[in-house]
Amino acid sequence: MNWQIALPEIVLAVCACAILVAGVIPKRDTTFPVAMACIGAMLLAGVLVLMQGEGTGFGGQYVADDFSAFMKILALAAAALSLLVALDWNAKEGLNRFEFPVLVLLATLGMMVMISANDLMTLYLGLELLSLPLYVLAAFDRDNPRSAEAGLKYFVLGALASGLLLYGASLVYGFAGTTNFDRLADALSAEGGASAGVVVGIVFIIAALAFKISAVPFHMWTPDVYEGAPVTVTAFFSAAPKVAAIALLVRVLAGPFGDTAGQWQQIIVLASLGSMVLGAFAAIGQSNIKRLMAYSSIGHVGFTLMGLAVGGESGLRGVLVYIAIYVAMNMGAFAVLVAMRRGGRAVEQVDDLAGLGRTDPMMALAMAVFMFSMAGIPPLAGFFAKLYVLLPAVEQGFWLLATVAVLSSVVSAYYYLRIVKVMYFDAALPALDARPAGVSVVLGATGLFTTFFFLFPAPLLAAARQAVAALIG
Amino acid sequence: MNAAGFPLLSILTFLPLVGALIIMTLRGEEAAVAANARWTALWTSLITFGLSLILWFRFDKSTADFQFVERVDWLPEFGISYAMGVDGISVLFVLLSTALVPLCIMASWESVQKRVREYMVAFLVLLTMMVGMFCAMDLMLFYVFFEAVLIPMFLIIGVWGGARRVYAAYKFFLYTLLGSVLMLLAIIALWFSAGTTSIPELAEFDIPFAMQVWLFLAFFASFAVKVPMWPVHTWLPDAHVEAPTAGSVILAGVLLKMGAYGFLRFSLPLLPEASAYFAPFIYVLSIVAVVYTSLVALAQQDMKKLIAYSSVAHMGIVTLGIFTFNQQGIEGALFTMLAHGVVSGALFLCVGVLYDRVHSREILRYGGVAKIMPAYALVFMLFTMGSVALPGTAGFPGEFLVILGAWAVNPWVALGAATGMVLGAAYMLFLYRRVAFGKVTRDDLRALLDLSPREYATFAPLILLTLWMGLYPQSFLSFFSVTVSQMVNSHQAAMQAASRLAGL
Repeated sequence: MNWQIALPEIVLAVCACAILVAGVIPKRDTTFPVAMACIGAMLLAGVLVLMQGEGTGFGGQYVADDFSAFMKILALAAAALSLLVALDWNAKEGLNRFEFPVLVLLATLGMMVMISANDLMTLYLGLELLSLPLYVLAAFDRDNPRSAEAGLKYFVLGALASGLLLYGASLVYGFAGTTNFDRLADALSAEGGASAGVVVGIVFIIAALAFKISAVPFHMWTPDVYEGAPVTVTAFFSAAPKVAAIALLVRVLAGPFGDTAGQWQQIIVLASLGSMVLGAFAAIGQSNIKRLMAYSSIGHVGFTLMGLAVGGESGLRGVLVYIAIYVAMNMGAFAVLVAMRRGGRAVEQVDDLAGLGRTDPMMALAMAVFMFSMAGIPPLAGFFAKLYVLLPAVEQGFWLLATVAVLSSVVSAYYYLRIVKVMYFDAALPALDARPAGVSVVLGATGLFTTFFFLFPAPLLAAARQAVAALIG
Repeated sequence: MNAAGFPLLSILTFLPLVGALIIMTLRGEEAAVAANARWTALWTSLITFGLSLILWFRFDKSTADFQFVERVDWLPEFGISYAMGVDGISVLFVLLSTALVPLCIMASWESVQKRVREYMVAFLVLLTMMVGMFCAMDLMLFYVFFEAVLIPMFLIIGVWGGARRVYAAYKFFLYTLLGSVLMLLAIIALWFSAGTTSIPELAEFDIPFAMQVWLFLAFFASFAVKVPMWPVHTWLPDAHVEAPTAGSVILAGVLLKMGAYGFLRFSLPLLPEASAYFAPFIYVLSIVAVVYTSLVALAQQDMKKLIAYSSVAHMGIVTLGIFTFNQQGIEGALFTMLAHGVVSGALFLCVGVLYDRVHSREILRYGGVAKIMPAYALVFMLFTMGSVALPGTAGFPGEFLVILGAWAVNPWVALGAATGMVLGAAYMLFLYRRVAFGKVTRDDLRALLDLSPREYATFAPLILLTLWMGLYPQSFLSFFSVTVSQMVNSHQAAMQAASRLAGL
């Protein structure tokens, strides 16, 4: 029994329990030390992930390879960044309860389990471990009806998705006789292995995961939950869980179900097309910046799915590069959203950014970089993210997908430009409150990454290539 | 490594960026920051221009190859490199860009008073992108620079523009982006079929005709918007009218040339058969542009809009010349591009001079300016003549060569281009008469001051260039005649090969 395969997760779980206990005991407010301890635990887990060997453990239910390492580092980074951003905001909004960082830590643990899952059962366990803290977090501002509504909505729809997943898993088990990914792959590659029942099961599993990454047509919860949840929670929602769910989708579809690509490819193509188009058009009319970012994230998921639909070595690498760059851009943009406070109150309309170019030039510059980058304008990182998913799509002849992708990125440029326009062209409103240090750190790090990615793309590309090689060998 | 002995083109490209970084770090009182930003921007752009003169003196005019070549692996895995170089087609555009930007900065010295620092940063970034685009020898690199131009230009129009600046900035950005993303798909497709993105290597690659047609259409979507060709020109009058004076100068002087440059650099050499196939279509669009936009220009009430429409008409002459596929036509097109860059830039500066004083661009607002501002009227007249293509000014040699080239293809096409020259004379003289001559009808005009020393300094190089290009065009034509003749030869060879294939 190779328990060391799960060493980072074990460490993280132990740390979470210890921090929870340590947080309860003192009489005074322990949020800050607890948050720092959580970030420390994430760093520790990150180091352990990097040092870890490859292999499977727990009877083949658990796997650690370059792919899982890549995605885990990404998820840990996204979670740590969102904690860093959240501290000051939560304190000012009266949400500085020490459970917040611990819940984020537990959700992160769930993500890591998901990413390493090599069995439908592990997958489900990880997904639930991720989802339960998320439901609580969405409703974290419990005196605020909108937050409570967001939590409830997310819970109801999330439970539905879990049901779908379990149903799909049971169908697959029933028709293929196993839940282990490796054995599933063997069973499905055999002649006549992919029976109708298995295909229906796959569709259910894809639907459940599509719900988690908020791909069309399972996106309905996203704008409401993003808008209702506290902005610090939205920042966390919009990056880290998506990384884990995308990782799982890639592992499931490229691994055990890789030989049945003909069956699921059209679903992913349709979800990708729908997400890109909806993300582009639905965001245009939004005045609430959190809703706008929700639709924007749907659009980005569409681009990511394009790489998955095309598949193959270059397609999957495009997915990984895209999601990595998306995390950076998105965390940066949300750092700005978190910094949007005026007169001690959080504001969240697009127009509240008016004149930011005058009142806080550095933050406006960073936000403009993120917006142009999300619109895919070179030489910013977002352009290369789009390029690396467009390349395989064109190479494999997915012309419809590629054309819709570039056209929808033009449409989405409209609303990204609107934010730039509000910041630079409109008359200035009174200055926003001074931005906290955590926000500045995240802004600086993600802004530099987004701006200068084009100079040093090689390390990320090489890491993604290695990760994909581990997956499809 | 190259004729200059050091990476000249990279320095030209990225020196302005260094200046921009310095300006961004300026701190202190607003007035002091503004003054420092102006001077830093001016010196940076002047040094860049001074360095670019090395190109003028050291460029070898007897070869069609790329010169001053630099190459560094950028994305080795994909075979994309950071490759810079200039040949006869691009070298003068690099010089045009570096020459116009210092003038723009001088022209904005007093007219831009708010957010001076950001303004200067935007202009220097714009200079980097323009020079980089003309120097790029790699398709992907070209695309990166080509698109990146949008960001500073969007901000320049949107922040420092006129009343409808937001609309104009959006229209400019989205129109151009829409065209460009289709080109991106074409670039990727080209890349996969040829296995390289290096422009010189691509030129030797034969692309099947059916694919050429698609690629041509995709490139056309991007370049036609950028040129702009009728009927996708509608962003231009809006962008010109709303942009600040210096923005209009760069827009007319350099950004409009990017589309025509793209046709010359990619469509003609890489897709010869498709270019020939679509040539009649381009002729029709060009002649419509020449005639129709000239007529529209006649009806304009706004000086900037009039000059904007005249730009569309001149660019129609350029596209016509490019698609004649003969020596005169292409040389004429290149020369017209340069001349238009200088003359229309200068005309926008002329409008800017009046606008700074009166804050109106209405033609009817003026009258009798020649009596009040004689020196200005003389300068304005010279550039009006340049735009009309009077022999002896910059406009003439290019348009004459294009008409010659067009005559060799089809006399009717030449007739269409010539109509444009007549109409051009009509609207420009009509503009000049209404602004400069007649009675002074408004009293506030009597108090106008003539050109200031700064304005003399801004116009002097442009006057010199306009006369030089008109009187001795050979010193400019000699830069690109070898490159163009090689281009014409390889086009003919490709067409003969294609017809032989069809004969089989």
